[in-house]
Amino acid sequence: MSRFVPIVNVDNIRHLYGSHVALDGISFEVPAGECFGLLGPNGSGKSTLFKILTTLLPPSSGSAFVAGHNVVTQRSDVRSRIGVVFQSPSLDIHLTVRENLVHGGRLYGLSSEDLRRRVSAVTQALNIDDRANALVKTLSGGLKRRVELAKCMLHEPALLILDEPCNGLDPVARVEFWQYLTRYGNRGVTLLLTTHDMDEADQCDRLALFDRGKLVALGMPDELKQRVSADCITIVADDAALVAGELEANFKMTVRVIDGVIRAESREAATIMPQLFARFGSRIRSITLSKPTLGDVFMHETGHRFANHADKNVEEQR
Amino acid sequence: MTDSTNLSDQEKRPGLIGPCGTLIRREIVRFLRQRSRVIGALGTPLIFWLMVGGGLGRSFTTGGESSGIDYLEYTFPGALAAILLFTSIFSMISIIDDRREGFMQGVLVAPVSRLAIVLGKVIGATVLAVGQACIFLLLAPFATITLSVSMLAATLAAMVLIGIAVTALGFWLAWIMDSTQGFHAVMNMVLMPMLILSGAFFPPSGSAAIVRWITFVNPMTYAVSLLRHAIYVSQPGAAVNSIGFVTALLVTLCFAVSMLLFSIFLASRESARALN
Repeated sequence: MSRFVPIVNVDNIRHLYGSHVALDGISFEVPAGECFGLLGPNGSGKSTLFKILTTLLPPSSGSAFVAGHNVVTQRSDVRSRIGVVFQSPSLDIHLTVRENLVHGGRLYGLSSEDLRRRVSAVTQALNIDDRANALVKTLSGGLKRRVELAKCMLHEPALLILDEPCNGLDPVARVEFWQYLTRYGNRGVTLLLTTHDMDEADQCDRLALFDRGKLVALGMPDELKQRVSADCITIVADDAALVAGELEANFKMTVRVIDGVIRAESREAATIMPQLFARFGSRIRSITLSKPTLGDVFMHETGHRFANHADKNVEEQR
Repeated sequence: MTDSTNLSDQEKRPGLIGPCGTLIRREIVRFLRQRSRVIGALGTPLIFWLMVGGGLGRSFTTGGESSGIDYLEYTFPGALAAILLFTSIFSMISIIDDRREGFMQGVLVAPVSRLAIVLGKVIGATVLAVGQACIFLLLAPFATITLSVSMLAATLAAMVLIGIAVTALGFWLAWIMDSTQGFHAVMNMVLMPMLILSGAFFPPSGSAAIVRWITFVNPMTYAVSLLRHAIYVSQPGAAVNSIGFVTALLVTLCFAVSMLLFSIFLASRESARALN
């Protein structure tokens, strides 16, 4: 009997662009059938990991396996088992939907009747069969995404790797796209996606939070939120440092000032709120009480806000 | 590690012919759907040939002696070479953007050999270039060049060989480029001089020593010479040609093979550049 092997196994991956460390000792496993998200701001390293897992970039050190095959030494085996949805569609806009799908299928060794049957099946499954003869350049962004997904599913991959799949889509198209993704997930296809969108991340079974090349947290979205054990109070106030000091001293709360904004965690936040108004009055410009979000988890784990702070730096390094 | 996932139905390998064929077909279909490319690639050398050939015809001599052929006739093989060069090069420009945010991304993550990718792109673009050059070839009687079956067959064979050489040159140039602007700079600095200093538009014999030297080491000189041999295959001696047929053929063959091998080498080595 064969030993259980995760569909994705990342073992101590490290990658450098020159002297810049893009990934610093990343390890995790993804079991088959899971929807796994790589969440992080631009420049956090998730796109580098995307390139490594899609065989486009050999890591500086460490190893990664897809369905038991090494992404560096067994590229062809890995490539035949993955479908890749790129951030910008890998479609030829001068060809029709059907032509794009037929070209895509032939690249995976599909041909003749088998290819025709598969094209017909995916266009129906993704509800694009009525546009099969339309030029891709005439399609909306949401439809292009679906055609891209159809192209990736032709060879029935075990793992679908998606790079910021809903970037640039309107809210309706996002919801639709996720419905189709979920259907494939329910059929046992493993989904691994990079995202910097919290709502998208919330839909994953498990998440890996990335910051500055490090994996800072790993778990189910709800599990991660429970790490922030209290409700969150966010305060924008005049003289934030002074207010934060008084808060800590008088209300026994964990308080941080991040980018000029006071962030406090309390189990009795609702009771404390009126007292805060009474004490600080007009010094408070705005105050928000919320259940912890993934953004709060990120702040809790890293000590800074979820912002695309590092991308410029990384691009320069490249 | 043991593979526990049910992958038996995914062990298909696409081989060489299928992916290569689909890339060739894609190249031709997208070209025919972009009329501006057809007009630009055919129109530019035609206008250039008529303007330069017609305008400079009166001051044309082949090294100080009367050659017996006029300038339009002399520059006809050069115009054919220009069509081959420009069509091929323009086809290859698409690689630069395509690899970062287009069709090529999907090709690079498919289980396709890099050899199939290079051959698909190069053969596809060569078909387009030779197709356009063939249309231009039908204008030969206007340059007082006689069309014959043997001349058409020989010229077609020469054009295929030259097409492969210049397309493969364009492939690796595009592969190492990060931007189309950079590619245009290379075109102006390298490819234009390669064409102009090839004997296509004036015989090098009366030029300065440096020009003669560049012409001597320029592989396009031998490609243009091969075209002259092919066009006058049934009238040997009628062409103004200082290079022998065997030399022209061998150098052009080496040019094509070396460019092709270098493209395959770069494409195999540098998959990491695909999305950078």
